[in-house]
Amino acid sequence: MSKRESITKDSGTRSNPRVELVRSEAPSELLRELVAHLRQNRTQLREEWVVRITETRLLTAMTKEEIFAEATSVYDSYVEALETEAFEALQAYARNLSERIIPRGVETHEVVGIVLLLRDVLARSLFAKYQTDFKKLNRILDAYEPAANRIANTVAVGFVQERERVIRQQQEAIRELSTPVLQVRERLLILPIIGVIDPQRARQLTEQLLRGIRTNRAKVVVIDITGVAAMDVTVANHLVQTVEASRLLGATVIVTGLSPEIAQTLVTIGVDLGKMNTVGDLQGGIEQAERLLGYKVVTLAEPR
Amino acid sequence: MEVPILKQGAVLIATFQAALSDADLNQLRMGLVQQVVKFRSRAVIVDVTAMDVMDSFASRTLREIAHMIRLRGAETVIVGIQPEVAFAMVQLGLTLEGVATALDLEEGLAYLTQKFKNTD
Repeated sequence: MSKRESITKDSGTRSNPRVELVRSEAPSELLRELVAHLRQNRTQLREEWVVRITETRLLTAMTKEEIFAEATSVYDSYVEALETEAFEALQAYARNLSERIIPRGVETHEVVGIVLLLRDVLARSLFAKYQTDFKKLNRILDAYEPAANRIANTVAVGFVQERERVIRQQQEAIRELSTPVLQVRERLLILPIIGVIDPQRARQLTEQLLRGIRTNRAKVVVIDITGVAAMDVTVANHLVQTVEASRLLGATVIVTGLSPEIAQTLVTIGVDLGKMNTVGDLQGGIEQAERLLGYKVVTLAEPR
Repeated sequence: MEVPILKQGAVLIATFQAALSDADLNQLRMGLVQQVVKFRSRAVIVDVTAMDVMDSFASRTLREIAHMIRLRGAETVIVGIQPEVAFAMVQLGLTLEGVATALDLEEGLAYLTQKFKNTD
């Protein structure tokens, strides 16, 4: 690739020499040229972008100052990615950015939207700059478009990955919170179960309970399922297994709060009810547990 | 591998080490019953705290030990089953039905003391 250069001396800055290149340049040269242009017009292009963001009503969860601050760092990262083609660094940046803005309620369509807007704003500015030289414009776009597409893709993927990570984390937290094992007396544990039990939750429940029995040296456990509307056969079997495993650790299990539907399920799967100790409600369950442990509840004289 | 059997009054305590072979289990079964006869023990505690896995053969052997010892008029208590082992056992349907269990040695002895008090 040879080039005939004619350099016109003027007061152009070092980063923007007036060079007319006739033959085709290497793509990396073109990329450098357009990156230089984007850097030089940073202030103006960034402002234009922020205006477009506000016009399309994106990032409504953020204030103007916040949008400006984030826009600055996104712009710089965008241009840097164009220059260095270091897309891993960009993905890390995108995940980092997502970690900041997801808790603020920013949605996927907003993030993808603003990146595409930036892409458009920069493309338009390239059209404007090279409008007199159609061939050059085409070559510039040939260099710009694949890189710009890759950037949009990378940022979107980074954002979605971060969202998925947050969701997984929240699911784990919910699972843990929703199966507390509570000690209400010496050697007496209560496990109140509320909501939907799927096989995974059932398994986690059992593990937590068994650990709790060992840690608290419990002899009686009351599992209350008043808050469980329905249970399929798999989960019912899990419950039976939990009772049996608890017995292996020397603890008796009392199950309370069975709804008519669950009672039906247990009968249908042929649970040996002789093996399962059940009482109507939690109060009854605790009273029986106390009897098993040798407690007696006595009413004292009238409270003063 | 020999399983140590200790005598504590009228109770024999056998402590399993981890990884007992089938031969060890068979030997233990005969050995324990012989000791019960020799010392006229009233109960046997089998401590499996050190076992991190329980297969169907070990489980069956424990049940057989308990049954044989009951024929001598003595009680068996299995203690120290770990949570993970208990979980795995019930999933395989090994429930040690009909055999008394307790959390650990202390609980096992307390259970037996209570039982003897009630029957004496």
